[in-house]
Amino acid sequence: MLKKLLSYVGKYKKQAILSPITIAGEVIMEVLIPLVMGHIIDDGIQKGKIGYVAGMGLLMVGMALFSLLFGALAGRLSAVAAVGFAKNLRGALFRKVQEFSFANVDRFSTASLTTRLTTDVTNVQNAFMMFIRTAIRAPFMLIFALVMSIKINARLSLVFLCAVPVLGAAIALIMVNAHPRFKAMLTLYDNMNSKVQENLIGIRVVKAFVREDHEKKKFTGSTEDVRAAQVRAEKLVIMTGPIMQFCMYASIIAILWFGGHMITGGTMESGQLSQFITYVGQILMSLMMLSFMFMMFVISRASIQRIYEVLTEEVDIVSPENAEKTVSDGSVKFRNVSFSYFKDMNNLALEKIDLDIASGETIGIIGGTGSSKTSLVQLIPRLYDATEGEVLVGGRNVRDYDLGALRDNVAMVLQKNVLFSGTIKENLKWGNENATDQEIETACKQACAHDFITGFPDGYEQDLGQGGVNVSGGQKQRLCIARALLKKPKILILDDSTSAVDTATDAGIRKAFRENLGDTTTFIIAQRISSVQDADRIIVMDDGKIADIGTHEQLLETSEIYREVYESQQKGSQDDQPGNGKEAEE
Amino acid sequence: MPPRNNMKPGEKPKNVGMIIKRIFSYMYGFKIHFFLVVLGVIFSAAAGIAGNALLSPVIDNLVDGFKTGEWDKGAFVTLLCVMAGIYILGALSTFMYQRLMMTVSTTTLMRIRNDLFNKMETLPIKYFDKHTNGELMSLYTNDTDTLREMLSNSIAQVISSAITIVGVFTLMLCYSWLLTIIVVVMLFIIIRVIAAIGSRSSRGFIAQQQALGAANGYIEEMIDGQKVVKVFTHEEKAVEEFDKINERLCEASTRANTFANILMPIMNNLSYLHYAATAIVGGIMTVNGFGGMTIGRLVSYLQFTRQFAQPITQVSQQINAVLTALAGAERIFRVIDEEPEADEGYVTLVPAVRTADGKLAESEGGKHTGIWAWKHPHQADGTVTYEEVRGHVEFDDVYFGYEPEKTVLNGISLYADAGQKIAFVGSTGAGKTTITNLINRFYDVPDGKIRYDGININKIKKSDLRRSQSVVLQDTHLFTGTVMDNIRYGKLDATDEEVYAAAKLANAHTFITHLENGYDTMLTADGANLSQGQRQLLAIARAAVADPPVLILDEATSSIDTRTEALIEKGMDSLMEGRTVFVIAHRLSTVRNSQAIMVLEYGKIIERGSHDQLIAQKGKYYQLYTGMFELS
Repeated sequence: MLKKLLSYVGKYKKQAILSPITIAGEVIMEVLIPLVMGHIIDDGIQKGKIGYVAGMGLLMVGMALFSLLFGALAGRLSAVAAVGFAKNLRGALFRKVQEFSFANVDRFSTASLTTRLTTDVTNVQNAFMMFIRTAIRAPFMLIFALVMSIKINARLSLVFLCAVPVLGAAIALIMVNAHPRFKAMLTLYDNMNSKVQENLIGIRVVKAFVREDHEKKKFTGSTEDVRAAQVRAEKLVIMTGPIMQFCMYASIIAILWFGGHMITGGTMESGQLSQFITYVGQILMSLMMLSFMFMMFVISRASIQRIYEVLTEEVDIVSPENAEKTVSDGSVKFRNVSFSYFKDMNNLALEKIDLDIASGETIGIIGGTGSSKTSLVQLIPRLYDATEGEVLVGGRNVRDYDLGALRDNVAMVLQKNVLFSGTIKENLKWGNENATDQEIETACKQACAHDFITGFPDGYEQDLGQGGVNVSGGQKQRLCIARALLKKPKILILDDSTSAVDTATDAGIRKAFRENLGDTTTFIIAQRISSVQDADRIIVMDDGKIADIGTHEQLLETSEIYREVYESQQKGSQDDQPGNGKEAEE
Repeated sequence: MPPRNNMKPGEKPKNVGMIIKRIFSYMYGFKIHFFLVVLGVIFSAAAGIAGNALLSPVIDNLVDGFKTGEWDKGAFVTLLCVMAGIYILGALSTFMYQRLMMTVSTTTLMRIRNDLFNKMETLPIKYFDKHTNGELMSLYTNDTDTLREMLSNSIAQVISSAITIVGVFTLMLCYSWLLTIIVVVMLFIIIRVIAAIGSRSSRGFIAQQQALGAANGYIEEMIDGQKVVKVFTHEEKAVEEFDKINERLCEASTRANTFANILMPIMNNLSYLHYAATAIVGGIMTVNGFGGMTIGRLVSYLQFTRQFAQPITQVSQQINAVLTALAGAERIFRVIDEEPEADEGYVTLVPAVRTADGKLAESEGGKHTGIWAWKHPHQADGTVTYEEVRGHVEFDDVYFGYEPEKTVLNGISLYADAGQKIAFVGSTGAGKTTITNLINRFYDVPDGKIRYDGININKIKKSDLRRSQSVVLQDTHLFTGTVMDNIRYGKLDATDEEVYAAAKLANAHTFITHLENGYDTMLTADGANLSQGQRQLLAIARAAVADPPVLILDEATSSIDTRTEALIEKGMDSLMEGRTVFVIAHRLSTVRNSQAIMVLEYGKIIERGSHDQLIAQKGKYYQLYTGMFELS
């Protein structure tokens, strides 16, 4: 898992490797400085050689300058490497998500994908930076300082043999025990935050039912839980500080005690003793750093896992090799098609569908919520793959086509549609990047959008803001239709795309379609009978099956469901407006 | 909706002193704790300094012992014992103050969270219009997180650092004034370096924050519209655009992190430079015996130079974290300081009984009687009158705007008799929802303009007013909990039978019993496991269980398909029976059987009457009904 992730360091490998090396340089200097100091004391001061003191002193100054240079360089290199790594990772994730099929997107949910690309990447970046800065530094410092102290006085360095394992074991024990407690705390923390979220979203409900006190009580309970869990977890972690101090102080005392005897016995010099004391700090500090690094890794493990999941997610819909690039016509065939969102034949959204639609036909689709109208049409541009049976477009299985070519020829206006930040024109050009102003205007006229667009102060250059906030629901739907028309598709699918458009405009759009898109096979999913009643054929969906199929008149005769829907929409207007069952809704 | 007031990240706190004082005010009841913390920090820091200071006599003792051949071992042992004692005291103090500080900081944080939430619950709806949920949410996540960091680390560290710096500096001065000149020079250099790097680093972080915002915004937009991207085979374009944004983020972020990263090694090595300079000068001094310098003193002094740099580095690293935390705290306090929803109402809702003479009186001990009355104390003569709650609503020439300069309602007058069904029709922004928002006082209008059962609505206590009404909104919001809990939200003490009855009324009973655990099925994430239509049915059941005299249905059935709507029609009819109902619906079939339909346009009622009257009138309603006009 880590290996896969680390491969994204990519061209920043150089920095990622150089950074620990420069840090090693810094560490060497840091460890050598006390050594030089020991010599100054023992060979210079004790023997009264001022020249030696000055010379070695200047050497130390030089070493400090080198160390500074290495340190600063390492800081720069590690920043470049870690940030670059994050950039590559983010880019790779984004690319991967772009490859995702609808099924892949459904599996993750958009909110979780966004978190993975933002927060999780930042976490990994921080952990990686910490890693390349301490992964070498801490163990290198530990070993180097140990070697130096053994060289000075092997017997005295036995003190470390006691101190290091004791501190190491204590820290390990704390970490192991603290980890589950931190996890428990984070769960409670999430619970608390979701209570806040719920209250923010549903504040009107809370207020309308006068449940403020009820909510306060619930929240106070959860903050107390969080506090208790936090205390439980942190009371372990804060032990590390005092334990570290204890080990360090005990080592110093032990070194002074044993070293004192050696000095007075003449087997050791006082400068070496001061060196030793400096090494105590270096050795034990690097142990602490190692433990912090370990903790960072544990914290970021969840993020690494989540990123890994996205990167290794198998994209289930890809273009085949030697893919067909041209779609000959707009005919659509379903041959014994069954479909399940979960690839589970016991949980079918569509069951044994057979359909034969000629190029240029207009097909209406009607049915209650959950009757799988959308599932049916989503198979045509291969947004999902049929679980069983095959779907043919232009006489060929959709799986044989190049995905880009297929989707360019099958335009679909989604039910939950989105406009992007930018101007109206920029949004429309999603349909055809090279569309001329003339073509754009034509498409907008066909979608009955031209009039309201020219009503905006900036016309086609009107800025929409994020999510297309500056247009009403009906206007947004018409822009989405125009965007799809610009693709000049062979097959056009409107998935409940005029629900917020009034019936007169709706009729206008259908009229424009009839006049201009005679060769285009058109699918219209609608709630309103009026939107589909003049289609060539109407499919009535019920519970994943085609209940009936036929023209408006035929269905009124034969289909009970169709008649029920028709009547539920007719009521009331019969008294005043016979023959006119239209209504507006959003 | 009014413009949003954005709170930008990376903002500097305005009044540092006030904010710190305010944070401390949350530590009430911890005076002793805090006193002990400060004491502990002082001991802990002092132990570190004293330990190093003791090195000098120890080493001098050893050097003398070696030179003269007569080692004063007794003095040596005593010194080591004193040192051990000081060290043990130091380690214990560290443990104690950290433990105490943890209690103080977690409790403080909890108090601030509770205060923030409690205040949030009392804020007027207006406040939530002006601030996005993300903004408010980040107070609970980002801002309290950084505050927690600060409380549990920075406070103690700042005190400890200050003590160490002052203590070490004093001792250095005592040991040798000459060497201290080097310290002063170093200090000067260090401060210059921190200032230079620090300001670049904080500028870098602000730039990074902006670039990160842009990148996150793009990611959010594209992932949200992922399915559209696929349908339009726009993947490559999106990647291309993202690469540009990602590159910009990378540049800004590298800059910011570089400055943050180099600070530590630079500070650390400046301290080594200091160490080296001290070694040269101190060494020469020792050789010459100048200024009473001995080897022991020099070793101690050298340890001091290292000890002196550490707290400065630590504090300089903390500066950004502390400033961020204080800026976050300021945002939190700004919310806590917001004016809560004003409520001068004094007319309250009480359960009532009818006395023998047909008058109303408060029921004994507040027992529920099925009759509710407004208890109206009159200030003028001190009498109390009771008015039965019937749900009679009257608007008298009401003007209203969410912002003073932009009125949404322009002179609305209307009259709903108890038990009537009133419908509002009109395009988005015509003011339909606004009218219902005034009936339950989500927003306030000047005195006397709206009367409820004949009482000036502003005189009625808000909570009691709202208790007398139930609202079903277009966007159904459910809460984490079981289906049962969610329906019971309408009436917390409802029996299971009452809940079942309400669910049956809303035609929700059937689908609920088909859920995995029936009424005990847990709903999570705002009821994500239910369809929009099912959620609306639950919301209707929730309103039904409350059993109020007034019902407001704001697009309550918009996500229920026409066939299902026909199925629940009977339930809705019995729910509405005997209540005053305000209905907003785009689907005109829903409003057809209302006693009065008001057609709104630009905040004015342009047509009113029954369905038949309005159709006969052949005005706007007629056009809407026959589909000649678009509702947008």
